[in-house]
Amino acid sequence: MTITIDAPKLIKAAPLLRAQNVSKTYGAVQAVRSVSVEVFPGEVLGIVGESGSGKSTFLRMLNLEETPDSGSYTLDLPEVEGNLFDLDRFARRMLCATRIGIVYQNPHLGLLMKHSSSGNVAERLLVAGERRFAVLREKASDALEASEFPLDRLDAPPAELSGGMQQRVQLAKAIALEPALLLLDEPTTGLDVSVQALVLDTLKRLQQDRKITMVIVSHDLGVIRTLADRVMVMRRGEVVEAGLADQIFQDPQHAYTQQLVHAKL
Amino acid sequence: MSLATLTKNWEPMSYGFLDASAKREIRRKMLKAVAVPGCQMPYASREVPMARGWGTGGLQVSLTLMNPSKRVKVIDQGADDSVNAASIRRFLARVSGAPTTLDTLEADLIQSRHRIPEEKLREDQVLVLQVPNPEPLRPVQPNMSIARQMHADADYGRMWLQLYEQIVRSGRVMQGASYPSLVNGRHVMTPSPIPRWDVPKLHMAKHLTILSAGREKRIHAVPPFTRVEPLVFDDVPYKVEDHGGLTCNRSGAKGFFMNEIPQDDGSSTYEISDSEFGVKTIKQAEGERVEFGETWYTDGEMPS
Repeated sequence: MTITIDAPKLIKAAPLLRAQNVSKTYGAVQAVRSVSVEVFPGEVLGIVGESGSGKSTFLRMLNLEETPDSGSYTLDLPEVEGNLFDLDRFARRMLCATRIGIVYQNPHLGLLMKHSSSGNVAERLLVAGERRFAVLREKASDALEASEFPLDRLDAPPAELSGGMQQRVQLAKAIALEPALLLLDEPTTGLDVSVQALVLDTLKRLQQDRKITMVIVSHDLGVIRTLADRVMVMRRGEVVEAGLADQIFQDPQHAYTQQLVHAKL
Repeated sequence: MSLATLTKNWEPMSYGFLDASAKREIRRKMLKAVAVPGCQMPYASREVPMARGWGTGGLQVSLTLMNPSKRVKVIDQGADDSVNAASIRRFLARVSGAPTTLDTLEADLIQSRHRIPEEKLREDQVLVLQVPNPEPLRPVQPNMSIARQMHADADYGRMWLQLYEQIVRSGRVMQGASYPSLVNGRHVMTPSPIPRWDVPKLHMAKHLTILSAGREKRIHAVPPFTRVEPLVFDDVPYKVEDHGGLTCNRSGAKGFFMNEIPQDDGSSTYEISDSEFGVKTIKQAEGERVEFGETWYTDGEMPS
């Protein structure tokens, strides 16, 4: 079954992200089955589902870390055109470094734990070709400031920081180049509730200030409800229900979504 | 026709110590290395009668390039008379019949550890550098197969990150030797542990430089007239060691790379690191006629 999410009528802009019929199998396991989605500029799309529902796999494919078995993926950006899954590894790496930011659940995946925090952010800029030390320093601290990282710990390595701070470093790294698309993979899972609230607060503020388009994956409905405009519910690699966030939470149609919403409330 | 007419007479060892197949292997890999400047070529490194880490890579390249008409010079930390340099020079002469020299101007083949001579090398000279660790990415990426992918992608962000962090921590780039350098605008190489002072000498040099690591089994090369640019930020200029104003207290030579000799009272005196250059300076002062070549640095400055 394929469910396409229709754009809210009010949005007139062309979608920034368009993925069509994306499928991926790992051996006999169908991780993602024919998922199609459109995300509009400035919008936040939430993807919920239980563990193993394929939501993280889908996000990794959006970050071009994995190639799907079939499907297409386009971003409405001046520098790229056509199916992004067909890009060679050089173009792919450049696009990921400059236009797509990602925050992983596990900071070890996204950060160099023994290098300084500002260095982690600066690396992004270095990959994109910035070669002026003063500019690197300034942009790195700006990005860290925007993600509400305490600037007196600017050069502390992430290994010495708390989980919430590590997520902020990841966030700063992701937004340092003002990406067109920000992907968040369970950004607050594993943090305690108060820190979680602070990180969500930061995300919310960033979204309002910079109008970044986000795709956020979480199994936590609270997180999705706080941030997302639209929600897509996934189960066993398929989209079972999609719609506006309020719609999904107030009036879930699919049996699984009902279960999910009730389990939470 | 008997087998004896088809085979060569028995000899106790082959010319130049290495057997023909070993030399062919090294020749082929040197050609590859020259064809892709700065790119590390793996090769089958052979045993030579010397411990790994004492210049076996350089020695194998020298043995391959030797013939009885090549005049050879061997340097160790700038000096021709250290035990290591003297032993390698004697070995090279013994197995190939090649004449030896201490003078940079007379040499055809120069094998060196840690230094490039102060006098400019010519088109007809070959510099062989011994390399302990050929991989510039090792400090930032311990996994060598990923490091090779990074070279293929020209993904050098982490090399720059390393420099960034040194400046953040210490206010300047702390890399003293093996300064990572971009060769021909494509590959970052480690120019072996030569001091920062020597790196600009490789840029658009007239001579061929071959860098060989025996233990790590990698050869890379800087062909003549190739760009070699040390990695630097646009607003933090590259600085060589502050030796331009120092005077050698034995020869009186000034404006070259010096060895620091600590004194009992805590002060230091300096001696020129390129020993034969110092010897020539002394000979000249004593009234002997000596020929000096053009030097890379004049008055302690590298003309740009």
